[in-house]
Amino acid sequence: MGIRFVLMVNKQGQTRLAQYYEYLTLEERRALEGEIVRKCLARNEHQCSFVEHRNYKIVYRRYASLFFLVGVDDDENELAILEFIHLLVETMDRHFGNVCELDIMFHLEKAHFMLEEMVMNGCLVETSKSNILTPIQLMDKAS
Amino acid sequence: MAGSSIMENLFQRTLEDIIKGMRLQLIGESAFISKAVEEIRREIKSTDPHTKSTALQKLCYLSAIHGLDISWAAFHAVELMSSSRFSHKSVGYHAAALSFHDATPVLLLTTNQLRKDLSSPNPFEASLALQTLSRIATVDLARDLTPEIFSLLSSGRVFVRKKAIAVVLRVFDKYPDAVRVCFKRLVENLESSDPQIVSAVLGVFCELASRDPRSYLPLAPEFYRVLVDCKNNWVLIKVLKIFAKLAPLEPRLAKRIVEPICEIMRVTGAKSVMFECVRTLLTSLGDHDSGVKLAVSKVKELLLDEDPNLRYLGLQALSVAAAKHLWAVLENKEPVIKSLSDEDSNIRVESLCLVMAMVSESNVTEISGVLVNYALKSDPSFCNEILSSVLATCSRNVYEIVVDFDWYVSLLGEMARIPNCQQGEEIERQLIDIGMRVKDARLQLVRVARDLLIDPALLGNVCLHRILCAAAWVAGEYIEFAGNLFELMDALLQPRTNLLPASIRAVYIHSALKVLVFCLDCYLMQNEDGNLVVGQSDLFIGKRGSVAPESATCQSSTLEQHEDLTFNPRNTTESPEDHRVFENNADTTVTQGPAITHESMVGLLDRIELVLGPLTANQDVEVLDRACNILAFVQLVKAELIDNATQEVNTVDKKDTQVSAIITLMRDAFVTDLGPVSVSAQGRVAVPNGLDLKENLDDLSAICGDIELPSSSSFGIGGPQFGTSSDTTSIGLLKNEESGPVNEATSLLEHRKRHGLYYLPSEKNEIVQHDYPPANDPRSNSNSDEAAELAKLTEKSLVLKKKANQTKPRPVVVKLDDGDVVPLPISIKKPESRDDSLSGAIKDILLGSTTKPSSSQSNPSDKSSSKRKEKKKLVAADIPSQMKENLGDAEAPSLENPGSSSKDHDHVKERRQRGKEKIVEGEGHDQKARKKKSSHRHGKHKTRQKASSPLNVVSQTPEIPDFLL
Repeated sequence: MGIRFVLMVNKQGQTRLAQYYEYLTLEERRALEGEIVRKCLARNEHQCSFVEHRNYKIVYRRYASLFFLVGVDDDENELAILEFIHLLVETMDRHFGNVCELDIMFHLEKAHFMLEEMVMNGCLVETSKSNILTPIQLMDKAS
Repeated sequence: MAGSSIMENLFQRTLEDIIKGMRLQLIGESAFISKAVEEIRREIKSTDPHTKSTALQKLCYLSAIHGLDISWAAFHAVELMSSSRFSHKSVGYHAAALSFHDATPVLLLTTNQLRKDLSSPNPFEASLALQTLSRIATVDLARDLTPEIFSLLSSGRVFVRKKAIAVVLRVFDKYPDAVRVCFKRLVENLESSDPQIVSAVLGVFCELASRDPRSYLPLAPEFYRVLVDCKNNWVLIKVLKIFAKLAPLEPRLAKRIVEPICEIMRVTGAKSVMFECVRTLLTSLGDHDSGVKLAVSKVKELLLDEDPNLRYLGLQALSVAAAKHLWAVLENKEPVIKSLSDEDSNIRVESLCLVMAMVSESNVTEISGVLVNYALKSDPSFCNEILSSVLATCSRNVYEIVVDFDWYVSLLGEMARIPNCQQGEEIERQLIDIGMRVKDARLQLVRVARDLLIDPALLGNVCLHRILCAAAWVAGEYIEFAGNLFELMDALLQPRTNLLPASIRAVYIHSALKVLVFCLDCYLMQNEDGNLVVGQSDLFIGKRGSVAPESATCQSSTLEQHEDLTFNPRNTTESPEDHRVFENNADTTVTQGPAITHESMVGLLDRIELVLGPLTANQDVEVLDRACNILAFVQLVKAELIDNATQEVNTVDKKDTQVSAIITLMRDAFVTDLGPVSVSAQGRVAVPNGLDLKENLDDLSAICGDIELPSSSSFGIGGPQFGTSSDTTSIGLLKNEESGPVNEATSLLEHRKRHGLYYLPSEKNEIVQHDYPPANDPRSNSNSDEAAELAKLTEKSLVLKKKANQTKPRPVVVKLDDGDVVPLPISIKKPESRDDSLSGAIKDILLGSTTKPSSSQSNPSDKSSSKRKEKKKLVAADIPSQMKENLGDAEAPSLENPGSSSKDHDHVKERRQRGKEKIVEGEGHDQKARKKKSSHRHGKHKTRQKASSPLNVVSQTPEIPDFLL
């Protein structure tokens, strides 16, 4: 499994989205998120975006007030994951238009949906923005 | 009823209300949540699907963001999954994906709904079911839904097919037998013209190959085609990852792919692809110089980049290369050393690893010195990072790269004084270990120990206690090397030792006893031989000198050595019975540094009594016990000494007195050399009768759960041996090797008398020779200078094998034949049996069709094999003809011994089929085709099973239970 989890956390350390691709209990998730957030948010922009934590490698990127953190296996390509984060942000941006933290808060299910289109079982399955967004737009029309 | 649902609908808060309310709430988050949940609990029971779905939606939100446990709502999720409206259904599926796990009981209820949705004509429903299945699939679900997934694998809709492909990974994981059904179709998808499909399939193979690469070697041609043709960077990275796994298994494959990978690396504009190429070349294709050279040149670019991410990755790539291609590190040493002072601690740690990789025998002294200096200025965590890696590197393979142990021992002492040092335990271990292994280092070891012990400031630092413990032990054990016995005794008895934990204090007291015994022994000898001792010490030095090389040759057997060394000073000094000189006490004091006079001896005994007296009321048993021992001994000795003192001038023959006999005995007991103990030594001790080691003590842990373990006692190795050694030998009684700075020592003595007993010099005496630069040089240079220095130093590791002209030969380091190194705990978990069965199944599919003809070559019309061949031809048409050859080659090794492996697998499979049938029979809805197949195999392999040896059967029995799943 390449990608183990995707987290979106604001700079106060509040989780805005959490998607795990392996089963962890709620306590384990809470502990893991706490540790990671503490570790990553303390870093500045002159430091690299990769942190090793437990048996994960965490690749993170900051967009304005929101941190995107992705936990991956050890042999995953860090730069590709950075590009994946960027792709995710671009996709959300195309859908919401100037995406911000509030968009994700109020449309959590849509953010989840995009993520599910992109990643399944920890594997990246879709990397085209229009392919990711087509089903969402169709569903928006239908409802 | 209808009315109530409308009312419910009207007054229900939507998800948005909850989110807004959460932002504005004044009652506190947890209160707000519990109120909302209360509301949801009511709403979710509603018969109106809209109300229900909104309630579940809110609940999912609270669970996802605030970590609420929603397992209680599992049944409602299942209910909504079967709703006919897509928006309600999706809420149900989302909740299931979020909260279900293998042990969720209602999972059993979902099978039919999932089956229905998987075969739904609406692609969105199918996709929803697939997505959820990829998260929640259990063994049962995977087994029961395999047929549906199989048919979706060739779905006309790309949107659904790619998801079915992604789900296959989880299905294979849970239910390996699905491989038999789905694998072929999965492979066929590799040849799809749709890039989305290829991307998804490669994702699956990338994961599968990382678990068991060998099974996928036969697919190498297909992967190769993707590697050469593909333009999509995401896909390229996956293919590169697959090849990184396959290449080490098949050298011919490696040869083929080096050039294409280099080409990709040259032309690609994407850093991620370039880096993946670099990593593949360095990890898996390290034998191909052209590729490695190109990769290293790219790494150089990364290292010089502005972006810290790229620099970090460059350093990581270098450390991958370091094992095989040290030149790559040396070539880039400047950026590496520069990174040592980077702002980012991750980058610093990586570069530290690389610097340590450059350490060799010739430059270890200098590099370690500079690094320890770096450590002084670094923040605490990096400081310890540096220290621990220096310690680890130097002690690697029983101090393989350390030539000058005097230097190393002093370095350990300096490390101990670094304010942030938290490596106490490791330094402690190494100090003792070196003491036991390296005879020639003991002199310096005792000096270092003395310097540590006499500094009262160090006792206040908790991190240093372990080191002080080692120092105290070393000082006591190798007391014959000590310069000034009284000074050492003062250090061991100083009042600040009450800051130490009891276990370490006990070591201090025990060392004090050793020192005392040695003192008394010296004193007695001195009295016997008078001033002959002065001359004698030279003699002993001479003797030691002559003995040392001998001991070097026979370090393995301590017994022999002892025979050589047992020149008892008592015997040698017995003949010249000359007591005349004793009248001139004052004389000896002057000429002989800290000579032992009667007064000083009595003073020493008094002091011990004074200091240790209160400890007889100590609460710790160890301390109490040892204090009592030494006090009793002191009283015994004192009585005799004072007795003798009165008749001193009459030259009483003290040798015959009781006390001297006791002292001799004790001295002999302490003088036995302690050697390193093999880690497997415990295993060689026979378990005594009546001792049950296997008894289950789990019950105890329940009782004693809250009792804290006592801090481990300090010397597992030395402790029990102290008194019991029967093999008494005496290493030459050594007076101060250098009669030292006489005046200073005596003036110090007077000074101390004037200012109280415990005024100890904390500065190093000039007894310590500075042949090498101290790491803690107060006149430390600036960082940039150090960097330059390091760069210069690492130069030396270029001439790795060429030994620098050493001033001293490397002393002998005692090594044990076995178990010097603690064997690593078996951390590498055996691959899960499920994986085994998975890869076995895949091998069957991939190789089975080709191996069958090899085992029964007379039957070329085997249907599956011909089909397989056809397919291969199709594939091969796209790739260069050379590759076709290669394909044959690539498969060769796995085909070479098909007999054993494929037979085994068939065998296993057959058993598995049988076992499974027993269970599945009851359910009765197993796939027809598969049953046919299994019964077919069943019949076919019966003969083979007979042929296989019983041993084979035995080796496979443990696997069977897994196949019953």
